[in-house]
Amino acid sequence: MNDISDAFAAAFAMVAGFDKDLAEIVGLSLEVSLSAVFIATVIGLPLGAATALFRFPGRKVIIVVLNAFMGLPPVVVGLIVYLLLSRAGPFGVLGLLFTPTAMIIAQVILVTPIIASLTRQVMEDLWREYEEQMRSLGAGPVRSLTALLWDGRFSLFTAILAGFGRASAEVGAVMIVGGNIDHATRVMTTAIALEVSRGDLALALGLGLILLVLSTCVNGAAFLIRDAAQKRHA
Amino acid sequence: MNPRADILPLVLDDVSFEINGMRLIKDLSCTFEAGPRTAIIGPNGAGKSLFLRLCHGLLTPSAGTIRWAGPDGANSVTAQAMVFQRPVMLRRSVAANVDFALKLRDHGKPDRTVIIDEVLGRCGLRRLKDNPARVLSFGEQQKLALARAWALKPQVLFLDEPTASLDPAATHAVEEIVQAIHHEGTRIIMTTHDLGQARRLADEVIFLHRGRMLEYAPTETFFTEPKNDLAQAFVKGELLWWKLGKDNRRAGGYEIDKAPRRRN
Repeated sequence: MNDISDAFAAAFAMVAGFDKDLAEIVGLSLEVSLSAVFIATVIGLPLGAATALFRFPGRKVIIVVLNAFMGLPPVVVGLIVYLLLSRAGPFGVLGLLFTPTAMIIAQVILVTPIIASLTRQVMEDLWREYEEQMRSLGAGPVRSLTALLWDGRFSLFTAILAGFGRASAEVGAVMIVGGNIDHATRVMTTAIALEVSRGDLALALGLGLILLVLSTCVNGAAFLIRDAAQKRHA
Repeated sequence: MNPRADILPLVLDDVSFEINGMRLIKDLSCTFEAGPRTAIIGPNGAGKSLFLRLCHGLLTPSAGTIRWAGPDGANSVTAQAMVFQRPVMLRRSVAANVDFALKLRDHGKPDRTVIIDEVLGRCGLRRLKDNPARVLSFGEQQKLALARAWALKPQVLFLDEPTASLDPAATHAVEEIVQAIHHEGTRIIMTTHDLGQARRLADEVIFLHRGRMLEYAPTETFFTEPKNDLAQAFVKGELLWWKLGKDNRRAGGYEIDKAPRRRN
């Protein structure tokens, strides 16, 4: 019991004292996850919207694949990206393995299906309501798609958040492709895993607390934005 | 973009529409010339809304042809508009709903501002222009849907039961707007359940029953001396599906002017 309370005390001291190592790890975590979510959003939103609005060959295959990939095991994605980026792999020449870029690539693969699938669901509901009106007004495919993305923006925000949740919480993929190298590719989740195995519970707990606070803040902010938006736009 | 493109007449030639082998519109032929206001009436399931959607191009007929025979018929999409029974409100402000439609017609910003202000004013929505459209009352939403259609200055406006589930005051307001749009030269083709509304708003009436056009006549003639016996019963307020459904099924449908007289 004492171990836990000591660990909590040490963790708070570390957070309160703006520990340099801690700040570096938190900074890199945010950089990797936010970059991955940004890229996944750029790919996932139009992809999800297109599968909702248009009928094209291969659409059903894309939907099934996206749904199936929502639950991709991070270690498997890590392994595949590792194989692709390793020296012997097809992209080995780029020298990306064990860099933050490799971690971003792995997380983009994990997050894109989540954002695209949730986007498709939101867009399908909206399209059911809008379709006749859009066609009546003579809106072409691109105008309809952009209008839907804009009008569904608050629901889509939730989809993006779900993606951020996945990216910031996963450990398997970034561990494999990043290598958890101190001052280079160490992020919160890999650091927690390492410190727990080393027995340094204070640092692990400190990081864990920050991760919890961060995710609560992000979700709280999202809730407030959505709530305010719903009051404005119903 | 030509707000006053000349796309009429609209010619329907032997049009049928079916879903899963069920013929919902049957061998319908008629021509809509410029000018009069047309009300399409008939009981539920008669095919009124389908008929409008076919004319507007939202549905493709299973058989027969629908063509805009006017000189600008090839560009018919931009010269027509439709207001639906349940108004579809974009999740934007009142003004932005109209603005969206105008942007699709490539109106410039200064032009749009003037048109938005004008149509919202004429529909009594100017004070609500910055409000979210989806929190408006049902009647206000329907007025906004009309304003949005009006802003496009269509040559033909289709209205699908625009006052269904509105109270008398809101119905009156909507009818006034429809009249004003008509007076600006827009051809009105509407469906309605409300016989009084058909009398008030329409110059001619089409009576549909089970996907067939049983009567197409000037409003006064239709209401005073309908030729078709089902139309007579409908005008009298009889419940067609209940009273005449069985006989009608056995007869296999009616043709305009050819429907058998009901035995007394």
